[in-house]
Order: sequence, then C-alpha cells, then structure tokens
Amino acid sequence: MSTNPVVKAFAYLLVHTPDFVRYGSKPHRETGIDPDLHRQIASHLRSFEEAVAYPPNQVFLGNLHPEDLAAIPEPWWKHPVKQAKANGAYGDFVDQEAFYGFLKAADLFDLVYLTPKFTQIVSNRLKQHHLSIPQDLEKLGTGKELDKIEHAIEEQASLPLYHMGELVGSFQRHHEEDASLQAHVLMENLMTKASGAIAVRSLLRRAGYTPDDADYLISCSEEAVGDRYNRGGGNMAKAVGEMCQMRFATGSDTKAFCAGPIYALVHGASLVKAGVFENLVVLGGGCLSKLGMKLSGHLKHDMPILEDVLGGIAFLITPDDGQSPVIRLDSVGKHNIGDGSNQQDIMKSLVVNPLERVGLALSKVDKISTELHNPEITVPQGSGNVPLNNYKLMAALAVMRGEISRDDISRFIEERGMPGFSPTQGHIPAAVPYLGHAAEAMEQGKLNTALFVAKGSLFLGRMSQLSDGMSFLLERNPGLSYEKKA
Amino acid sequence: MFEGKYVVALGERDGVPGPAIEEILTAAGANVISTVTECFV
Amino acid sequence: MDAENQTTIMRIADEYGAENVLVFLGAGDVEGVEISAETLVVGDPSFAGPLAGVQLGLQVYHILEPSLKQYIPGDLYEEKLGIFELVIDGQQIEQSLSKLREQANN
Repeated sequence: MSTNPVVKAFAYLLVHTPDFVRYGSKPHRETGIDPDLHRQIASHLRSFEEAVAYPPNQVFLGNLHPEDLAAIPEPWWKHPVKQAKANGAYGDFVDQEAFYGFLKAADLFDLVYLTPKFTQIVSNRLKQHHLSIPQDLEKLGTGKELDKIEHAIEEQASLPLYHMGELVGSFQRHHEEDASLQAHVLMENLMTKASGAIAVRSLLRRAGYTPDDADYLISCSEEAVGDRYNRGGGNMAKAVGEMCQMRFATGSDTKAFCAGPIYALVHGASLVKAGVFENLVVLGGGCLSKLGMKLSGHLKHDMPILEDVLGGIAFLITPDDGQSPVIRLDSVGKHNIGDGSNQQDIMKSLVVNPLERVGLALSKVDKISTELHNPEITVPQGSGNVPLNNYKLMAALAVMRGEISRDDISRFIEERGMPGFSPTQGHIPAAVPYLGHAAEAMEQGKLNTALFVAKGSLFLGRMSQLSDGMSFLLERNPGLSYEKKA
Repeated sequence: MFEGKYVVALGERDGVPGPAIEEILTAAGANVISTVTECFV
Repeated sequence: MDAENQTTIMRIADEYGAENVLVFLGAGDVEGVEISAETLVVGDPSFAGPLAGVQLGLQVYHILEPSLKQYIPGDLYEEKLGIFELVIDGQQIEQSLSKLREQANN
C-alpha cells in the first residue's frame, strides 16, 4: 500500500444566482455608469432550467463527461441536454430561492433582510432541500417589513436584493466608514461562506461522514474576510465548518489566486501524510465578483449571460484507503521565484518536472487537466480559449523535447486534454473540476494517471510581477485490483 | 527601430507575460517604460 | 483590454507623445490581439473602457511578429519565445497588425 494520501470523496456545486449578476464586479461598475444596462442584463438572463440543461454545467456536475462535451455541437447554449438533472453524480445545482435560505442561514450578524412573505417562501423551499439542516430554518426568523428594507436601502447604503426581478430584501453594511465592512464586500464574503458550506455538506453526505468525522478544513476561496484593521484576515474555512456543525474540526485558508485549490490540496495532503490530521476537507466557495465578468461579449453576440452561477468545490483527503486515487506528493510541481515569467520555464516547472520526478514522460501521462474555463464564456469577449491555449503550449513543449512530432500536436491535445467546462469562477476552474471524472475513470480502471496544473496571476494584486502555479499527479490507487480494467 | 521610442510591454498570462517581453526588448535595445500582464480570467 | 491598462497607456501616450510610444503585445489568441490593437489605435470597440471613442493611433506590435526576430539576440529568442513558434501564427498576426499600423500612420 502506498504511503501517499488519497482523495476519498469529492463534491461539486453550482448555484444559480441570476439576480446577483448585477453585483458582479464588472456589471456593478458598468451599471453605475449606464443604468440602462440593467434592462439589457435582465433580458439576457437564463432560467434555472436553462442553466441546468446547459451542457458544460452537466459536465461540471458529473452527469456528462468532458469527452461527451467535445461531441456536442457549439454553441453549447443552443444545444441543451434533454431531461437534464439538477442533482449530479458528483454534485448539486442549487436554485436561487433555496440559496436565499442558505444565505440567510449563513448570516450571524443580521446582514440579510428578507421580507416576511419571501421568508415564508424560502423557508418552505429550504425545508425540502436535501442539504439543509434544522438549524438553517431556525436562523430564517420571520423576516423584515418592506418599509424597513426600503428605509435601509435609501438611508443606510444597503443593497437591494431581488428574486425574479422583484425586490425581496436588502443586504446591510456593518460599519459606516469601514471599506471592508461595506454591504458589497460582506455580500461577497457571505455568498462564499454559504456556497462553500453547501459544497462541504454535500461532500460529507457523499463520503458517508457525519460532521463530527472531519478534523480540519482548508478554504482556498477568493475573498477577503476582515475589517479595516485586518483586511483579508480570513479563516473562511472555520466559518464554513461552523455552518456544517463540524464540532471537532478547525481550519485555515490557503490563498494563491486561481492556483489556490492546487496549493490547498498539496498542503492538505501533506498534513494528512504527516499524521497531523486524518480527515481533512479542502473547500472553495463561489465568487460573486466574477458574475457577469464577460457580459459585454455575451450582450454583443446576443447570447445568454453565461456567468450567472456561483461554483463550489470540496474534497476529502485521508490516509490511503487502498481504493481512492492517490495524490503523489513526490510529484509536486512548483513555479519557483527564480523561474521568471517565461512561459517555457513556467510549463517546464509545472508540467515536465513533476512528471519526470515520478519517471513519466509528458507524452505518457494519461490526462492533463489545466484551468478548465469554459471557452464559450471567454471567447466572445476576445479572451481566448484558456484550456486550449495551455494544451497547445504543453504539446509544443513535448515537440521541443523530441517526445512527439509537430504533426502530433492535435492528437496530443485531443488525447490528453479536454474542453473547458467550468464556470469562470476564479479558483474553481483550477484543474480540479476534472478530479471527480478522473477518480471515477480510475475506479473503473480506465485511467491510471492525471496531472493537475493551475497557474495564478500574482500581478493582479500589484505586489509582484511574478507568475505562479502548482501541479501534482493523481494516480489510480495501486491497491485496486486490475481485474476491473475495462 | 527603438531609437527615441518609449516601449510598453503588454503581455498576457497564458501567452507571453509582460516581464518576458520586457527582458527580450531590453536585450534588443528598447527603453521599456511600463510592463503589464493581463489576465483574462 | 481592462480599464486600468487602458488608463495607464492613455497616460503614457499623453506624457511621452503618442508618436513616440510603441506597444508590444504578448497575447496568445489572434482575435484577442486584434481587439487589443484596435483599442490602442482607433478606440475601445466595446465602448466600455476609458479609450472608448479615443483614437490614440499608437504603433502596436506583437512580440512574435517574424520581422522583429532580427532585433533580438538569437539564443534569447530561442529560450524565451521558441515554444510560441509552434503555437502562435506570428505571420498572421503581423499581417493583421501591419494594416493597423498603416492606419495609425494615416
């Protein structure tokens, strides 16, 4: 039996939040300049059913595989999946009405006001939801009268909350002069907490765990929790654990821009291997600021605004169980400070070196997962096809190393790559949306090795011009019998 | 071609990043006055 | 191109004179390169950024244009850009950008 830790369970989450698109960073700024944009946004939003039936979302939830997506004609939004289900093989799609319930349940500081009527609707919806718990319902209360909500919006800089275009509540700030506690910032943080917690609850169910079974959480979400004296102070992980009633766990955050999940999985796996923790959860909640980020491209092409969902991810890492896929800690690839920002060196550090360390050639690893941003979201804005551009670089590197010929570039990409299917939720697309698919294929004996690579853009924070990234190899558990092999 | 010119390096994360453009153009004799890398996601 | 970068380049053009400024792009996607270049020559086509309706008329190049290769030391080119020769069609980008440069000159 190997001594490397395993990914024992995983869960993926999508939350349909069309009425929050207005609060994504880009739409929020642009509607401030051009209020008419609200009308255009409203006429390009999708229904929950349309979002569920959208092929890339079905791949994200595990009801379709990446290779199925490659066979669906583009544009994918014009080819909905028939009889699509909101409950996926690997995850759940939560509608906005239910999410309002989870959001209120996550709120311990009376930040969210909902009208009494809407509170009743949300309460009924939440009662039936398989990921809600009785404590959620207790936190819903009876609601706030509409006049109080309107007063808060007009006089106290609260932000209006809508459902299906109708005013149903407001989101409060918590300090008049503290930029870190303004309504918009707190909304972003609370949405990360609520979606992260739903993903973790789903993970525990899928693993057959109770909340008491996990001992540590690492959040790799992209938000900054804190007040004016400690902006970004963090520990979203522990707040999420609290919402999941995980009495015997604590946690902390690991941040590294879009590469966060890979760092968090490597840190988590290392803590498990060292014996410090035994049942460790890595989680990422959704990112409000990314909603509607590419909206002008979508409006220009008169297509639906596809960035109308929050994403969520959760993974359970444990010591080797003889079955689950193994994180090869001896393979970890990293971008060193001295490696510079040259693409060739970045790719060598993140792709060639980790494989070489475990004796694998680039052209011999079964699959490579890179940042799986859905190209249908990015291309209309002129932002390119992120996964395809990265696969091309990897293939070019294989050519330069003499592993494949120039004519084999397309085949290399087709065999080892995959189309992007993740919503552009920052850290969420960071290679790990494929982890569930890889685990299933490994369990079935169809896949032996998969490399997970993600890059981060440190320069966005204006503290360094450096590139960044990390990678690791996931391997079929050697303890599995090969008899199953298809 | 660089004489008397001020050069801006506007790179991209998944293409040629800003600092790599700066290094190459500086070696070519350019006066690079601003280096930026764009991230589209 | 994001709004901050548009502002930065606008400020530089103002400070140094648009005719003295060269912009070198590095994006891997041809369509993306064209949109960025168009923004810096005739204005932001999405009308969202500070360069909406502003014709800076800058000279815009891409680092992988074949005719630039002569200015860069060979070993450095190979080390830093060799990989892109397999990935990006520099010829196509050069054709597209040289048209825009002529436009900027007129």
